Amino acid sequence: MLRQQDIPFWRDERILRIAAQVISAVLVVAFLWWMVDNMISAANQRGISLGFRFLRESAGFPLGESPIPYDPSRSFAYAFYVGFLKTVQVSALGIILATIVGVIVGLARLSSNWLISKLAIAFIEAHRNIPLLVLLFLWYRGVFLKLPRVRDSLTWPGQIYLNQRGLFLPWPRLNESGQIFLIALILGIVLAAAAWIILKRVRVATGKPTYFGAISLALLILIPAAGWFLSGGEPLHWDIPALSGFNFVGGVNLTPEFAALLVGLFTYTAAFIAEVVRAGIQAVNRGQLEAARAVGLNYYQLLSLVVFPQALRVIIPPLISQYLNLTKNSSLAFFIGFSELFYIGKTTINQAGRAIQVFLLVMAVYLALSLLTSLILNLYNRRIQFVER
Amino acid sequence: MATTTTATKTEQDIVMPPEPPGPVMWLRKNLFSNWYNSLLTIISLTVLYLAVSGVLRWAISQADWRPVVNHPLLYLVGQYPRDQLWRIGVGLVLASFLAGASMRYWGRVMQVVVLTYAAFLAVLTAWPPAGQALTNEIRIFLLVNIAIIGAGYLAGRQLRIRSGLLLAAWLFTLALTLVLLRGFSGSRAAPTLSTQIWTGLLLILVLSSGIGHLFARNARIKRGLLLGAFLFSLSLIVVVLRGFPLARAVSPVSTQLWGGLLVTMLLSVGGIVLSFPIGVLLALGRRSGLPVVRWLCTIFIEVVRGVPLIGILFMASLILPLFLPTDIRIDRLLRALIGMILFSAAYMAENVRGGLAAVPQGQVEAANALGLNNLKVTILIILPQALRAVIPPIVGQFISLFKDTTLAAGVAVLELLSVGLAVLQGTPEYFGLQMEVLLFIAAIFWILSYLMSYASLRLEAALGVGER
Repeated sequence: MLRQQDIPFWRDERILRIAAQVISAVLVVAFLWWMVDNMISAANQRGISLGFRFLRESAGFPLGESPIPYDPSRSFAYAFYVGFLKTVQVSALGIILATIVGVIVGLARLSSNWLISKLAIAFIEAHRNIPLLVLLFLWYRGVFLKLPRVRDSLTWPGQIYLNQRGLFLPWPRLNESGQIFLIALILGIVLAAAAWIILKRVRVATGKPTYFGAISLALLILIPAAGWFLSGGEPLHWDIPALSGFNFVGGVNLTPEFAALLVGLFTYTAAFIAEVVRAGIQAVNRGQLEAARAVGLNYYQLLSLVVFPQALRVIIPPLISQYLNLTKNSSLAFFIGFSELFYIGKTTINQAGRAIQVFLLVMAVYLALSLLTSLILNLYNRRIQFVER
Repeated sequence: MATTTTATKTEQDIVMPPEPPGPVMWLRKNLFSNWYNSLLTIISLTVLYLAVSGVLRWAISQADWRPVVNHPLLYLVGQYPRDQLWRIGVGLVLASFLAGASMRYWGRVMQVVVLTYAAFLAVLTAWPPAGQALTNEIRIFLLVNIAIIGAGYLAGRQLRIRSGLLLAAWLFTLALTLVLLRGFSGSRAAPTLSTQIWTGLLLILVLSSGIGHLFARNARIKRGLLLGAFLFSLSLIVVVLRGFPLARAVSPVSTQLWGGLLVTMLLSVGGIVLSFPIGVLLALGRRSGLPVVRWLCTIFIEVVRGVPLIGILFMASLILPLFLPTDIRIDRLLRALIGMILFSAAYMAENVRGGLAAVPQGQVEAANALGLNNLKVTILIILPQALRAVIPPIVGQFISLFKDTTLAAGVAVLELLSVGLAVLQGTPEYFGLQMEVLLFIAAIFWILSYLMSYASLRLEAALGVGER
């Protein structure tokens, strides 16, 4: 008891711990307070408003392309929403394409074919050692803006046109009676997925064949087919791009900005994903491969049943960070004039000022996107990791 | 009896080793092992031939390389006043000497770097004389630098300098070059003491620490003396040069004029060097047992890592001035550098945290058993082991930071890429030559990043990371 009291308070670890935390918290809060105080006094001096009310005013600037109807009379908030949708759109497409290309290049890198493997290395090294921004400029100014004019468009079979104004693709659109088909299509996909998951579980649990592949394939084809006939046999029509005046009308148009951004982003990320995939596959124990061969699995079975499930555990965590990088890198669209979230933020600052509010908003959205993506993928990751016993 | 049987056996049954695979065997094994491999080989060969021949034809006959060839100095230093180039020269001479002296250190990684640097100097010396060509003085100076590298190498071999000392010398050179490049505004008053006294002090300090270094027995004292001498002479040089009549010779050069590779290097090297201490502190904070500290550090790291770099750069250049008192003005380049540092610090913290986690718990327990307190455990036991393990990831981070400096183009900093774009925009006759300029810039980045990642592989092998 006596010795306890002998410890002076500046040597008492419990007090020191609390003191250190209080001091650091006070320092940080004081620093932030000082900065905010500066900002508010400067804002008062210059008569800058700090509220978010401006979001309801009309934006007044046009946007190139938009997934939902937009015109300059809409509010800033709506413009931000459009930008957000475009960021999500380009990131989602980029992630899908980057994964496909990345896995292919990663496998090619491990190919027994010398030439293929060297080409894959060349692709990877070319993309990993050049800044993304330079690559984006190369795609945008060096490729997509150098394409032929509208009159001399490159034409591919299937009525696909490529010119300075971008890529024009035919696109299926719903007829008036097409609703039934659409519902049937969604229903078919959902049921097929459900059947696949449930029947596969039954197969794994009981060991009896449940033909989950065949059944879900049948569901996937039959239900939409039924919808097709119910809707009178003509639920869709092709919207075909056609030259009218100085530009193409109809179909789907990928602007050069969008195309350059998408191509630049997904090829760049694919190079990184390829390395991730290669490392993951090489991390699979050789004995596993030999055992699989000994059991008599063919090459496809070997990859899909033995290698990939184990490689995924190594691949997923770095893959998550690549996906996040791609989403964040989509903000580079600002440099080539594709009006996603960041570009709209910058345009708003140019037009209406309010840099602080706009940046808070834009950064918060990116942060939320990042945290959300990593949360979802971390949950998935936790599910497939080994359970250590 | 036995001997004869063995003899006959060796005569008859000896199996000759297989013939070493010839080129045909190699082709069959690696390119045409089965039908789909053969198909793949043929298709990719065709595509490769078409692509390479097309690119070569374009590069040799169609491409117009004038915007690249005619402006070497713009790409190197931007619009830095041409009559003030000697300041960069001073930094270059110091760097050349140190590069030569460092060649034997750090797992011979420096060999790759130094040889590249020498090759870079040689290429510049032989740059085609067209447009705003390099003057003969500059060419001779560059050649002399190659000789200085050689001199530095010899000196390094003779003197057997400690690598810690070299590191300090590099930092000193970096700081001195920055001070020189920036210059001093003449309006500032001379220091209170007369410049002669300052110079005398400086000389005495340098000399005495040099002598002390020669005679001191204890390695720690030696190190302390040297570090002290560097810090003091750096601060004194700043003070002395201000007061000197020389200050007029090093009049301020606005950072608006800095550009090109100079700024790219400044942002990336400055970013990584200055973010290192912050990153280490953040990493220690994130692993700290104090919840408040841990949370503050975690929030900073995760927020910075969750937003794009371009956003942080814009925050640093547009928003930061709003949060500072109105009489504090930070120039544009420095604001971009601050953005790079904050960004890099968060990633640095995560790298260092990985290294900290790799230090076995037994080390901490052993140190505690010896009676070291927490601070000493961290500084003497944990950090040295953790930092050695994180050198390769830090090199990787440096490469990506080096590439990311291009984003500073968005906040009107004239780094390499924006110099290229400005050259294109500023000259009407270069209209439509984007491909040439962009490919040139891409090539520079490619060569430098590739060499650095190659060097980092060698470094990893030399440090034996992952083999312990």
